[in-house]
Amino acid sequence: MARTVWDSTVGKKAVMAVSGAIMLLYLVAHVIGNLKIFFGAGEFNHYAHWLRTVGEPFMHYEWTLWLVRVVLVVAVVAHAVSAYQLSRRDIKARPSKYVHKKPRASYATRTMRWGGIILGLFIVWHILDLTTGTVHSGGFQEGRPYENVVDTFSTWYGNVIYIVAMLALGLHIRHGFWSAAQTLGAGSRTRDRALKAVANVLALLLTAGFIAVPVGVMTGVVS
Amino acid sequence: MKLTLRVWRQKNADADGAMSTYEVDNVSPDMSFLEMLDTLNEELILKGEDPVAFDHDCREGICGACSLVINGDAHGPERTTTCQLHMRSFKDGDTIDIEPWRASAFPVIKDLVVDRSAFDRIIQAGGYITAPTGSAPEAHATPVPKPDADYAFEHAECIGCGACVAACPNGAAMLFTSAKVNHLNVLPQGAPERETRVLDMVAQMDEEGFGGCTLTGECATACPKGIPLTSITNMNREWLRATRKAGKR
Repeated sequence: MARTVWDSTVGKKAVMAVSGAIMLLYLVAHVIGNLKIFFGAGEFNHYAHWLRTVGEPFMHYEWTLWLVRVVLVVAVVAHAVSAYQLSRRDIKARPSKYVHKKPRASYATRTMRWGGIILGLFIVWHILDLTTGTVHSGGFQEGRPYENVVDTFSTWYGNVIYIVAMLALGLHIRHGFWSAAQTLGAGSRTRDRALKAVANVLALLLTAGFIAVPVGVMTGVVS
Repeated sequence: MKLTLRVWRQKNADADGAMSTYEVDNVSPDMSFLEMLDTLNEELILKGEDPVAFDHDCREGICGACSLVINGDAHGPERTTTCQLHMRSFKDGDTIDIEPWRASAFPVIKDLVVDRSAFDRIIQAGGYITAPTGSAPEAHATPVPKPDADYAFEHAECIGCGACVAACPNGAAMLFTSAKVNHLNVLPQGAPERETRVLDMVAQMDEEGFGGCTLTGECATACPKGIPLTSITNMNREWLRATRKAGKR
């Protein structure tokens, strides 16, 4: 069965839909966590520490966190590999372009591939910046995410990279959420408007919620 | 009307093609698009040139033979087949670009004619029912609920012209395949092969080298028969259901 799914364009698209849904669920939790930054360093850093103790005493320190990380890495890899293989196939299926060109589909739909690449690169930078601190500016402080976030958004490039990526994320979710529903066979004529509305609301709330943090630092609300 | 046509000319499958420019005069707005091309071809023949090859058959919009991308739109600016498109949709002095369907699964044979036998092979993979043939069966023998009958008919309207593939940026045949799958899968007559049909037809579709669906919706916009985009959603559901059932066996 796994073979049938992976070898079919319809099945591979379902892999993309499910992995995308997992990442989307994570992002909802992520944005709620991020917004605690507006309640001060104490609450934010406490929340960050709590993430490591979730599930205790059943789970050991950081076990839950690592479990989530493993699931996310699997989801990102499955999503990216399917997208790459399907895109290769799509490009091969239409080798010669039309001479008479027309603007096609919505902006969100046309930017799925580039948007996905931007998001992939962003994730790498984001982890190196705020999880490992490898490319962090201004001295990374282990266990003090509030101070680290303020550092990152005190640089112009930190803000630019983050805001561009979050706009790409909004567009990606706008087409991706609705698209995933169709791929998994959950769409219908009567449900179409509701699905599109949910996609738009999710895209808007997530983008606005994430961008609120750099804007907060830039305007001095968070310092 | 006087028109400038830019037409894709290609000697055969192996030759390189290019756009050639022609002028046609005295075009009546009442002419169909294909009659306008007939006029051009008559002039070309009189001049001793090779006429433009294009597919056509019934010229009534029901056979699915005609296949032209006109100004970047499969079947042109109206939502109908090329044969049912009339010159009143254009203005005097217009330049019209005419190209063949573009997809690696639909190789160009000559000029505007492409080989669509990939569609035939998708049908052969599962677009049929196993039923005793002979005289027409008694209509009440197998009752079909009205909504199912309407749904089946909506999908049965597909004439297999390939406009969905031509319009899709990925050269995907999802709308065609889904129309055929849904047409038979919803009916009691199609029930015995409900799972194998969708699995085999999708497998054949992939085998032919069509692209995948990115839900741009271009196919449903181009379809002269109005097959809805939800047709693809429903085929996806049928495919996932069949795969789950096959996995349990």
